[in-house]
Amino acid sequence: MPLTLHLTVNGEAHRVDLTDPRPTLLDVLRERIGLTGTKKGCDRGQCGACTVLLDGQRVNSCLVLAASADGAEVTTIEGLSADGALHPVQAAFIENDAFQCGFCTPGQVMSAVGLLAEGETGGDPERIREGMSGNLCRCAAYPGITAAVMDAFARMEAAEGERADDRARTEDRARQGEPA
Amino acid sequence: MNLFDYVRPATLGEALGAAAHPGAAVLAGGTNLVDLMKAGVARPERIVDISRLPGLSEIETLEDGAIRIGALVGNAALARHPAVKAAAPAVAEAVLAGASAQLRNKASVGGNLLQATRCAYFGDPASACNRRVPGSGCDAKGGDRRGHAVLGWSDACSATNPSDLLVPLAALGAVVEIAGQDGTREVPVAEFHTLPGADGDAGGPQLRHGEIVTAVRLPADAARFAAASRYVKVRERTSFAFALVSAAAALDIEDGTIRAARLALGGVAARPWRAAEAEAALTGKAPDAAAFQAAAEAAMAQARPSAEDNAFKIALALRVAVRALTLAAKGTPERMPALPASVFAPTLSAPSPSAPSFQGTAR
Repeated sequence: MPLTLHLTVNGEAHRVDLTDPRPTLLDVLRERIGLTGTKKGCDRGQCGACTVLLDGQRVNSCLVLAASADGAEVTTIEGLSADGALHPVQAAFIENDAFQCGFCTPGQVMSAVGLLAEGETGGDPERIREGMSGNLCRCAAYPGITAAVMDAFARMEAAEGERADDRARTEDRARQGEPA
Repeated sequence: MNLFDYVRPATLGEALGAAAHPGAAVLAGGTNLVDLMKAGVARPERIVDISRLPGLSEIETLEDGAIRIGALVGNAALARHPAVKAAAPAVAEAVLAGASAQLRNKASVGGNLLQATRCAYFGDPASACNRRVPGSGCDAKGGDRRGHAVLGWSDACSATNPSDLLVPLAALGAVVEIAGQDGTREVPVAEFHTLPGADGDAGGPQLRHGEIVTAVRLPADAARFAAASRYVKVRERTSFAFALVSAAAALDIEDGTIRAARLALGGVAARPWRAAEAEAALTGKAPDAAAFQAAAEAAMAQARPSAEDNAFKIALALRVAVRALTLAAKGTPERMPALPASVFAPTLSAPSPSAPSFQGTAR
């Protein structure tokens, strides 16, 4: 039974023809679309190495039947950096030495991006550890990972603050009749 | 994984028709079913993908004050919903104590209700299992039964239900709404899974083939307990582990007297264990240690270990029930604890990997 999937991956439209309904989203990303940054660890939803954003939410792509994701927007590790600049979470992982072998890192980074978007931990290390518990690191780089997520939270807060200041200045100038 | 047909019906009526096929399995979030298919435990001939069916993803407050939770509502969305947090905080706490953030984003309420046991023998197609193949026997007997039931088990099966969500839902009297080709019906959450019986009957969910769970309804009465409700879960890791034993406790306290109480235990039986005797024992009492101990003992009065290696769960369940009642009496926390349902206090220490200190070991 042939199936045709339409996926938007990292902003790019993909059409994937499946002759078999069994592949997971993880399999399609790696083997059909060629994005091998997303890793296959346990393939059973236990390790988090396959974490991607599916319609903006972090999920284990190994447990998503690809057919059921037809029409979805997917963000993988390859889609995080913009114009050659690392995402703040990626930069924070490097600066905080948040990995050793690196196999779990794409999943850790995507999970952290999802966690920060959920906006429920703030910079609280305990809430961050709990919120990252779906991502295992067998090298045990956990202290660095927690520090990196805290650091990324602080960077993103600061950047958001600057953007808010810019908007306020622009609005002030507009009120005073100056060109923005 | 065996080969299957994949169908994605557009309406509930079409889905009920497709699900009536003898080898059909219904797919919602997929976090349990896809995993069971990879293990060869579930071998559906047809997958009926209901994940986009309209009208099953809403949480609504009904005219009588009940909260109707659509079967396709995600676990994370359920835990974040303002009406659920306000009326049934123990439900939110239980959801957040289960699985991982990734799984909670995908797993559905209906799927959670139908989640299979985590008994290792059920999960291994090479083992005999009455729950997987009725009448085939039980290889857990004589094997590892550390996590197995201490209430309501039989010679046929001693597996436990793994859900956290179902424990407070059972305590608060929630009801499952079920659709079939012949109409709709309702079953209390606390009775949705039948207990194992004799002659290889392992019990299981009360869902006839072809039926689909459409919603879970929390009665308006749940809100009277909102100020004093907790879920407590003891597991072998701090996070991302199934319960050894858990308890949902909810109290309605006025002028130092318990007007009504709700208590259910998780990890002890094939279904969330509503402890009606304990609830009755608490009614009219002062919320103190003696009342909580007596209630816990009433809840566990019929308990017996299903194997030597799970006798500890009876003592543990007594303590978890007392702890849940004690914490509930202190009042529902204003903010969700950093470690939901945990018996451990947060450490709150921030890591400082840039300046590792080895001074502590240099004495």
